[in-house]
Amino acid sequence: METLMSVIVGIIFAIGVYLVLSNSLLRIILGISVLAHGANLLIITMGGLKKGGVPILREEAAAYTDPLPQALILTAIVINFAITAFLLVLAYRAYQTTGVDDMDDLRGPDHV
Amino acid sequence: MYNLVVLPLLIPVLCGLLMGIFRKSIAFQKCLSLLSLLLTGAAAFYLVQQVSARGIQILELGGWQAPFGIVLVVDMLAALLLAAASLVSIACLLFAFKSIGPEREKYYFYPFLQFLIAGVNGCFLTGDLFNLYVCFEVMLVASYVLLSLGGSKPQLSEGIKYVVINVISSTLFLIAIGYLYGVLGTLNMAHLSLRIAAIGQTGLVSVIAILLLIVFSLKAALFLYFWLPGAYGALPPAIATIFAALLTKVGIYAIMRMFSLVFYHQPQITHDLLAVMAVLTMLIGGIGAVVHGDIRNIAAYNVVIGVGFVVFGWTVFTPAAVTGAIYYLIHDMLMKALLFMLVGTIIIIVGSSKLRDMSGMITHHPLLGWLFLISALALTGIPPLSGFVGKYLIIQEGLTRGAVHTGYYIGVAVGLLSTLMILYSLIKIFVRGFWGETTLSPDMEKGNTRGLILPCILLTAAGVFWGGGAELIYPYVEMAAASLLDPAIYIGAVLGEVI
Repeated sequence: METLMSVIVGIIFAIGVYLVLSNSLLRIILGISVLAHGANLLIITMGGLKKGGVPILREEAAAYTDPLPQALILTAIVINFAITAFLLVLAYRAYQTTGVDDMDDLRGPDHV
Repeated sequence: MYNLVVLPLLIPVLCGLLMGIFRKSIAFQKCLSLLSLLLTGAAAFYLVQQVSARGIQILELGGWQAPFGIVLVVDMLAALLLAAASLVSIACLLFAFKSIGPEREKYYFYPFLQFLIAGVNGCFLTGDLFNLYVCFEVMLVASYVLLSLGGSKPQLSEGIKYVVINVISSTLFLIAIGYLYGVLGTLNMAHLSLRIAAIGQTGLVSVIAILLLIVFSLKAALFLYFWLPGAYGALPPAIATIFAALLTKVGIYAIMRMFSLVFYHQPQITHDLLAVMAVLTMLIGGIGAVVHGDIRNIAAYNVVIGVGFVVFGWTVFTPAAVTGAIYYLIHDMLMKALLFMLVGTIIIIVGSSKLRDMSGMITHHPLLGWLFLISALALTGIPPLSGFVGKYLIIQEGLTRGAVHTGYYIGVAVGLLSTLMILYSLIKIFVRGFWGETTLSPDMEKGNTRGLILPCILLTAAGVFWGGGAELIYPYVEMAAASLLDPAIYIGAVLGEVI
């Protein structure tokens, strides 16, 4: 299961990197989003994937899942959600003001 | 357990939230932000005193014991940086009162400044890697907002790049955290250090260390500096000041902490790489500072040089050199803030940031001119001023280390060369801006400088004290370096009851 997840995370990273390297601002934002999802999947895989246990440790529990990675990605998802929202608004505002959404045309204050 | 440790993080957050409620009342926001920063500063200075008297203080949040819960740790390095950060932010706030303008004030400038400072203080305090990520994000989100507040064209186009680069580096940070947790099963920094000491710093751990190095170098503008000059150039003076003084320093702090507490077993991989990056940073920053004719860019490239110099001093990794690096780091916070304020004041007076538009300002602004000269000399490292002690220690130790490892001779040479470049670039501003024929009469000036000089004087005084009072300050800085160089002290304080 972990191997499969690792391959999936790799594919997601590849897609994310491809999108981030493109010129269009919207694609870059989508790429960042995809990369963040890949990172979250990576963390949950790193904690080890187990079946048949809840992430709560009780005295008589036979099996339990590590709760820490779940707590970590919950935090990371919230942060990423906020930042993606902000980034989309910023990109839209930049597009309204400068009239471009191509990174080549956003080269420094002297060029706009 | 020591509850005071949380105050530098808590006060700005609470005050920032409170200000958000009273959006209309700008006067209230101003008073509260000043009060909040004064309280934070008082707490920071008290912490310095406490740490020097009683050693490292920790606070286990929620009462969860150290490796399981999040822990806040304040050692001498963190306490000194907290104190310097609050001093700089007070000066910056006073500068912002007069220069930021009603438009930005109306749109939550003061609350976001508080959140930024809370994030910075949190980064200095935390003893948990994931918590460091969260504090980085708090700081960065506040900085994104401050960067784009106002929405002028250059701000938006530079802001996009700044945000995208930082979001990607944060994702890398998250990936590194995931790997570290997978390999070592913990995220508490002291615990990480213990685990790595137990299993040895294997190739896998070194790869993760390099990944973290990339992340922190991006934040610190160490070699990966390309986002910095554009972003800082587009900002209004008050915000550029706080960015230049605090944001890159947090990255440097993270490098110092992680690579002396956790990843210190393979210095021939990580520390040599850091040294090479630092030397290149000094060189590139120096060239940038010399060639530009725009004073905002000159100031921004000076930030880059400072980062390179501090990290180079730290990589020499002897007690005296690390003391020098910490000394220089805090000097750099104070003096870069001063430099950006003075540059901002000049821009407000002249209405342009091009060197060719300014001349002979000394006639009407003698105080500004002399303050600028002092800051230029301090940044160069002329003896009684604050840059000297750090530079002297770093150069001296670099030469000693060079006898063993010849590469450090190159580092020292480049360090001295970059010092000359700092001197040249700043004196260029002084000569072109303050000497010569007076072209601007007082009624032709674009802006009013009333009240802008006061925070500059405050910082100059702090800088002169930091240099002149070296005898008084040195024991504190030495203690910071000692706890940085001996991970056992930090680990013992954090995990003492567990091991």
